[in-house]
Amino acid sequence: MQIRIDGEHHDVPAGMTVAAALALSGDVTTRTSVTGQRRAPVCGMGVCQECRVLINGVRRLACQTVCCEGMDVDTRSALPVAGEL
Amino acid sequence: MSHYQSDAIVIGAGIVGAACAAELARRGLRVRVLDAGLPAATAAGMGHLLVLDDNPAELAMSQYSVARWKEWSARMPASCAYVNNGTLWLADSAGEFAVAEKKFGVLRDAGVTCELWGGQRMAVEEPMLKPGLHGGLIISDDSILYAPRAARWLLESAGDAVEFRRAQVMRIDDDSVLDSEGNRYQAPVMVLANGLQGSELCPDIPLIAKKGHLAITDRYSHSIRHTLVELGYVTSAHNATGPSVACNIQPRPTGQLFIGATRQFDSLDPAVEPWMLGRLLRRAQQYVPGLGDFNIIRSWTGFRAATPDGQPFIGRHPKKQNLWLALGHEGLGVTTAPVTAELLAADIFNEKPPIPKEPFDPARLQLEAESAE
Repeated sequence: MQIRIDGEHHDVPAGMTVAAALALSGDVTTRTSVTGQRRAPVCGMGVCQECRVLINGVRRLACQTVCCEGMDVDTRSALPVAGEL
Repeated sequence: MSHYQSDAIVIGAGIVGAACAAELARRGLRVRVLDAGLPAATAAGMGHLLVLDDNPAELAMSQYSVARWKEWSARMPASCAYVNNGTLWLADSAGEFAVAEKKFGVLRDAGVTCELWGGQRMAVEEPMLKPGLHGGLIISDDSILYAPRAARWLLESAGDAVEFRRAQVMRIDDDSVLDSEGNRYQAPVMVLANGLQGSELCPDIPLIAKKGHLAITDRYSHSIRHTLVELGYVTSAHNATGPSVACNIQPRPTGQLFIGATRQFDSLDPAVEPWMLGRLLRRAQQYVPGLGDFNIIRSWTGFRAATPDGQPFIGRHPKKQNLWLALGHEGLGVTTAPVTAELLAADIFNEKPPIPKEPFDPARLQLEAESAE
């Protein structure tokens, strides 16, 4: 299937997590920290919360989310807006 | 096994111990601070600096101390994350608004800067609040900070006069303390500022553990500015004998929302209890319905050290000449750390205290023991 990572199209096998897809793309980082550092998955099992990423505009954990056709993964944008949805 | 000397020893490097050490160092003493590194309250809590008026002693303490933090804020590094964002007390009924009005009168008479807001003003100032609130009370000088960093800053601010050592004190003797490795630390002034762990070293100090659950969200761009606390907090938290939950939502400078506050008396288990966490989040969501859009990334618990009458113990131990107490602050330890340190130092140096010290005198322990016989 095809997903978008930071605006670029990537082919990924079915059943792959977003974290694995990012690793496959060559850049495993999912977000920028409050101190300006890039962050990536650590525990890989949904506990550490390090792999937070914007998926279709919503913050999710990359290691806990399976890719689907046309998914938009954004590792670079500013904080999502909350409370106005 | 070594022997160490200093002018003073402070047991506990949390916010209260750190403030006491810094104040004693400021007075010219060479202070050794001993901390066991056990999980404790300063790193678990909300770092909320607030004026509370449940009783005159609490009002005097919190008002004086919030002002002192504000003075210090200009000197604190950015990592202490001090923000003067104010506390907005929320009135969800006519009855609660009457409480807000009474609170406003008491605080205004005491010289605290505060203002009553009606429902419309609330909606404009904090659009994420649920519609239909009766109103609220904004207390402008209330603030927030990152307490563990502030404690470290207090120790660092004293330079060489304060020496920190990782050590677990096992026994307090007449003029010295013994750690788990057999090292002895001697000083004419020994200060016990290690919260709940204080009653392990001194079983005659009555402290009650009050478990609290906390949660924090991911970072978002949102409009919450003030620390939002429900007025029901006053009735639910301080008068309850069973578990209580109240809405306390603190906007962190990072864009995260920090959510509290619960109280349980019956537990010393640090595990997060899902039923309690659920109650906490549902209560918060009652006041901020949009909270459902936020992801919680972490939840944890902490234990407040409470005393039987609700006031901390600050002053000389009634039976141990060289031992001074600075503990039992329940949920106001960070707020009242500055005034605790000044009260303690004034007592040690036999000076006029900054506010009346009688409500905090540990000698009232003896009075309770005597009247119980």
